[in-house]
Order: sequence, then C-alpha cells, then structure tokens
Amino acid sequence: MTQIVKPYGDTLNDGKIQLSFALPVSADAKGKEAARVLILSMGFDEAEITCLRDLGEGFTHFIAYAASNASVDLSKIKVKVVETPVMDMEATEKYVEEHIGRELTVVGACIESDAHTVGIDAIMNMKGYNHRYGLERYSCFNAINMGAQVPSEELLARARAEKADVILVSQVVTQKNIHIQNLTRLIELAEAEGLRDKMLFICGGPRISHELAIELGYDAGFGTGSYSTDVASYIAITLAQKQGK
Amino acid sequence: MLKLDLDQALVLRARQAAEKITGDFDWLFNAYSSVSIERTVLRLMGIDGATEDGKPCPNIIIEQLQAACALQKGAAFWVANAMLARNLSAQGVADAVASGELDLTAIPPQDASAIFELLQKLSAEMLSHIKSQKAARDEFFAKYGHRRVPAIYVIVATGNIFEDVTQAKAAAREGADIIAVIRSTAQSLLDYVPYGATTVGFGGTYATQENFRIMRKALDEVSAEEGRYISLTNYASGLCMPEIAVMGAIERLDLMLNDAMYGILFRDINPKRTLLDQYFARMINAYAGIEIQTGEDNYLTTSDAVDKAYTVTASQLLNESFALRSGVKPEKMGLGHAYEIDPELENSFTYELAHAMLTRELFPEAPVKYMPPTKFASGNIFKTHLMDAMFNFIGQLTGQGVQLLGMMTEAIHTPHLVDRSLAIENAQYLFKAVKDLSSSLELAPDSFVNRRANSVLAEATEFLEKVAGEGLFSAMAKGEFAEIKRPENGGKGLDGVFAKDADYFNPFMQQMKKELGL
Repeated sequence: MTQIVKPYGDTLNDGKIQLSFALPVSADAKGKEAARVLILSMGFDEAEITCLRDLGEGFTHFIAYAASNASVDLSKIKVKVVETPVMDMEATEKYVEEHIGRELTVVGACIESDAHTVGIDAIMNMKGYNHRYGLERYSCFNAINMGAQVPSEELLARARAEKADVILVSQVVTQKNIHIQNLTRLIELAEAEGLRDKMLFICGGPRISHELAIELGYDAGFGTGSYSTDVASYIAITLAQKQGK
Repeated sequence: MLKLDLDQALVLRARQAAEKITGDFDWLFNAYSSVSIERTVLRLMGIDGATEDGKPCPNIIIEQLQAACALQKGAAFWVANAMLARNLSAQGVADAVASGELDLTAIPPQDASAIFELLQKLSAEMLSHIKSQKAARDEFFAKYGHRRVPAIYVIVATGNIFEDVTQAKAAAREGADIIAVIRSTAQSLLDYVPYGATTVGFGGTYATQENFRIMRKALDEVSAEEGRYISLTNYASGLCMPEIAVMGAIERLDLMLNDAMYGILFRDINPKRTLLDQYFARMINAYAGIEIQTGEDNYLTTSDAVDKAYTVTASQLLNESFALRSGVKPEKMGLGHAYEIDPELENSFTYELAHAMLTRELFPEAPVKYMPPTKFASGNIFKTHLMDAMFNFIGQLTGQGVQLLGMMTEAIHTPHLVDRSLAIENAQYLFKAVKDLSSSLELAPDSFVNRRANSVLAEATEFLEKVAGEGLFSAMAKGEFAEIKRPENGGKGLDGVFAKDADYFNPFMQQMKKELGL
C-alpha cells in the first residue's frame, strides 16, 4: 500500500525545510536574490531567506525556509540494517558459550592514514563507552586492538597469525572519501590473500552505514550511535548461524 | 569574585610530587640525543630542502651518519667539518650529501678550534634570527594591543594550505585571535617533516616550513588590516617534536602544541624518545617566546571526565614541571583541560565549573587552554551548538586563557566556513553577555564547587605521590595514565635514541641553556 509523506513544518504536507549554506557572493540584495533563486532551482516551490550573515572574504551565509513539493512513498523504501537482536554483555557471553563453545578472536584496528582511535577504542577497550564495556572485557572474546595507523597488510597478517574470527576496522577521517579508499583497499587485499571468507569483516565509523559496508564488500557496518553491545551481539549470532550451517 | 578555597597544603604536596617525578630524567636529558634532535640541529644550521622524491636533506645526512656509527658526536661536528674542508655552506654540504657525492665521515678532521668557531658563528646567526622573530611578535602586540582573554582559537583543516589561508583570513576578520592549522592525520608518526607547500592532506594540512611561512604572511596581512595581531599555531608533537618547534621559531608561530606525554600515551611513541624530544623542543619554544599548549583534553576523550578528572590535574602539574626544566615561563604555559562531561549527568555544568576553576587557580599565570565538548558532540548540531555556548560561558566566567571554540559540526566533518563563523558568533555573544559576571559572584562556603575542586586536587596529589614513589616509566608501563600501558622500551622511535659521546656537541642547546638560565 502506498504511503506518501512530505516534510512537516506545522501543517501536514506543508513541505517546509530549513536550509543553511554559504555562497561566494556578497551579503547584499543581489546575493540574497541569488540564494533565493538557487533554492528555487533545487526544486522548491517557495523560498524565504530569513538571515544573511557576511562571512568575509566574499562569502555569505544564508539561512532559509523553503517548501518542497517532493514526496516519498514509504512503502517503496528498503534499507539494509543489521538485523540481529542486541544483547548485553552477560547474555552475549552466555550465548557464545552455548552456541559456539569457544573463545572468539577479534582483531581490530584503525587502518591506513587514520589516527583517530576513539571509535575502535569505544568498541574494544576494556572500559568501553557510555556504560557499555568494550570487547576486551567479554570473557567470550580474545580482543586484540592494534590501535591507529595500522597498514592493511599488518592487520591481515595479524588476523591470519591469530586465526581471527573477526576483523574490526574503524574509519573516522572521511575527508575526500579517504575512508572508502582505505576500506576498499583492505577488502581487496583480503580477497587476494584468500582471507575474505575465512572471517567476518566489520567496519565502523561516524559516516559508515550497514548499507555502505555491504556495498564495499563487508559483512556489516556500524555507524554513529553504535555500541560494543551491538557489535558483540552481531558477531555472536552471525558466527553461531554460520557454524550451524 | 568567583574564587575557590583550595587546600594550599595539597597544592604544595602535588607540586613537590610532580617535581620529584620530572627530576628523575637528568640521566636521559644529559646523556642521550635522538635523530630528531640532530635533524633539528641541522635545520638550525640553515639546512633545508629535499630530494626530488621528497626525502628531506636533514634526514639524508642523519641516515648517513647513523650508518657510519658517527652520530654519537652530534651532527653539528660532521657538517661543520665538511664545510671547512670543502669551503661550502651548510646547505652546500647538505646538497652534496643528498646527491651522493659526499661522505661526511670520510673527510679528515679539521682544526678543532676552527670547527668550534664556525659552529659558534652559525649558532649566533640562527639564534639572532629567532630572537628577531620574537621581538617582532612583541612589537606587534605592543602596537595592536594584547590578546583578548579568553582568546578565540579556531582551526582550519582543509588539507590545502591555500584554501586554509582563505578560511583563516575569514575567521580572523570575524574575530578569531588564534588560527590553528590542523595537521594531516598521518603526520604524527612520520619520522621526517615533509617539504614545501602542500595541497593534499587528510583531516588537515601537513606541517611544513613553507606552509608555516605562507600562513604567517597571510595572517600578518590581516593583522595589519584589522589592527589586531592574529596568532598562528601548529603541532610540535609526534616523532618530530623539536624539528617542528624550530620551524615554528624560524617562521614566527606564536603557540605550539607541545605535550610532554601525549605522544607516549596516545600515539604509542617510545617514552624515552618522547621525553628527550620534548625537552629540546620546549627549550626552543621557550627561547622563541612561543606559548606551549598541552593536551590534557585527550585523557577525557578516552576516560570518563568526572572519574578521571584528577588525571588532567596530575598531567597539568607534570607538564608544568617538565616545561620549567626546559626554561618555559609560567605565562607561556597553555596547560590544557576540557569540557567533556556527559550532558546527561545531573549538574554536569557545576562539575565543569569546579574543574575549570581548579585549573585556572592552580596555574594563575598560565594562559590555560580550554577545549570544547567533543565526546558528546553528535550529529545533532543544534544541541552541540548549545553545549558549546555553555562551554563558552565557563570560559569567560573563569577567565580561561585560550578558548578553543567548539564547532556544532564537531562530530560530522572538519569545519565548514559557516560552522566556524557560527562558533565565533556564539563565543562573542557569551563573552560579551557574561563579561563581568564573575565580579558579582561568590561561592557559598562549603559549596559543591569548592568541595569538588578540592577532592579532584586531593586525588591528583595522591596519584602523583604514588607515581613519584615508583617512577614515571613504571607507572606508564602499568597503564596508570589514561588506562593505556606503555612500556619504557616499547613504542615507535626508540631506535632513534642514542647515547652521546664525551665529545658530543650541540652548539644551539648549549647557547639556549645559557640564555634561558638552565
């Protein structure tokens, strides 16, 4: 059944949207009109520039409200999300004991040029993040966090040496899509080395979605708002299912 | 006036413990040097440049000396020896080594007093240039007026130095006092400094001497137009601490990030290498009148900001003590801390106020560096903008030295032009709104803020006394800092540390120590 929705301001289907952007124009009537016309050219029906701020160096910041006639049919929207249920640490430990019956090795790293370990640390470090312990704390995991700027080759070599069940990769820096390049490089190397199907490949980071991860050839992706519990449950349930086959 | 009632006996005990900890490293500072220190000496002698494939001349020379097991005498001797024998400039020697036509250790030793004289002359030349840069900065401040308190500090990080210039100028015109050019994410672990102007970087722009020069020139132009001196800062951290410090001194950077322990804990650089490098790097900063900034905020991005607040205080006291040993004056110590408490915690702002006042009052002369919320910044830019306002409120209320402005898009991307502009507007509004509020306020006796500040101080004191008992390296190896274990002989860069021969000579360090009264 079709289910059409439009942006909501204060009246159903009014299509109202907030916009904020800069243009390399001066903060005057001409610049303002340029911004308005630009918004209309994006397909909006009406546009009201509510604020213009001179940013210097010939740039102006515009804040605007516009009404869009665009709509979306919810019944046609399909997304890929991690579908395994989320368990807490104790439940995951018990689950692994019952369904797999051995310790699982997880090797994690922030690969290539990326030096930002906040993501991998939040998931892996003993302490974890926001009241959820990291994988190191789980009795069912042998968690190895290789830290920052780990070349893909080193990560794969370590995973092979440790007979890893899971590779966990974090990418925080995304300027010029560097995260896509790095993640692609890792998966290509893994395929070349025949490791791709021997372990789960999971990636995470603020700009990573499950859908993007699948597209890049990973088993799963975890974006903003994901916790160690999400990752741990996914690993436990997915590996148990694989073992069952 | 808002003021804590700090337990002064605790303050004294904490400082004494910190002094004991940092006093344990004379053996390292006196008997060892590192490849990065020697490359710094070469830069001070006037050597710069790189080969076509990007290998810097200082690295080529050090590698040649290392391969010949000759570095123990110090790089200065060998280059001066070659200059005399071949009648070349320092750069001439470097170019000859780089092209493979000169083997420094194959040249017979020249007259020792002539070498000494030449090195004294080179030292005097470069140090007088650095002093002239310091004088220029002082003159600018005298002409345009002092930096505001808190100073408005914003970052640019496009990866392209020319794009950075556009953004930095815009920010300066809108009110920024300090521009930081964030480094490319891979740079801290490079054991060399890239050469020339760069236009490609990730999460930032490479720190190179040419990039420093380009940005300094642009900011000098804006300073003149705005009638306000715009300061420039970069990062003397990672494996090239002293080298980048000297580039900053030569090109008149005004502040430099320089933490005694950051590299060890957060970049897994070897502890000996880091402490040795920071010792000389800070001496250069001190000599050049550059304000150092320390990285205590990093403790709170990995640990809870309430539970581990004392680690910030402890690290500040250690950074202070190490800095004093390098000749940095208290008014040039931008000790760090951060607004990183979980906003879901009841009274989070009250805790933040206590912590901010503690830092401010423990280091009354220091231009304390206050870092914005990052850990709980999220894709909800509206909430992050609000948290940034609360952070700015405390910055002005407690008179922090440098307010590193939070960006509403902190959790999303390196700041867009608009993000930075809104951050400056936010800070200017709060700074103006609560400008003199502190003078109308007093803490209630036995208030939560007082008790909290004293309890953090007590925890820090206890921790420092424990570390003083077992030694810093042992404490780091056990993971007592930032819950990260760093063994004395682990980490990157240990192979670049070496024991000096009895006849080792570093003319620059000697002269700086003399003038700094060390």
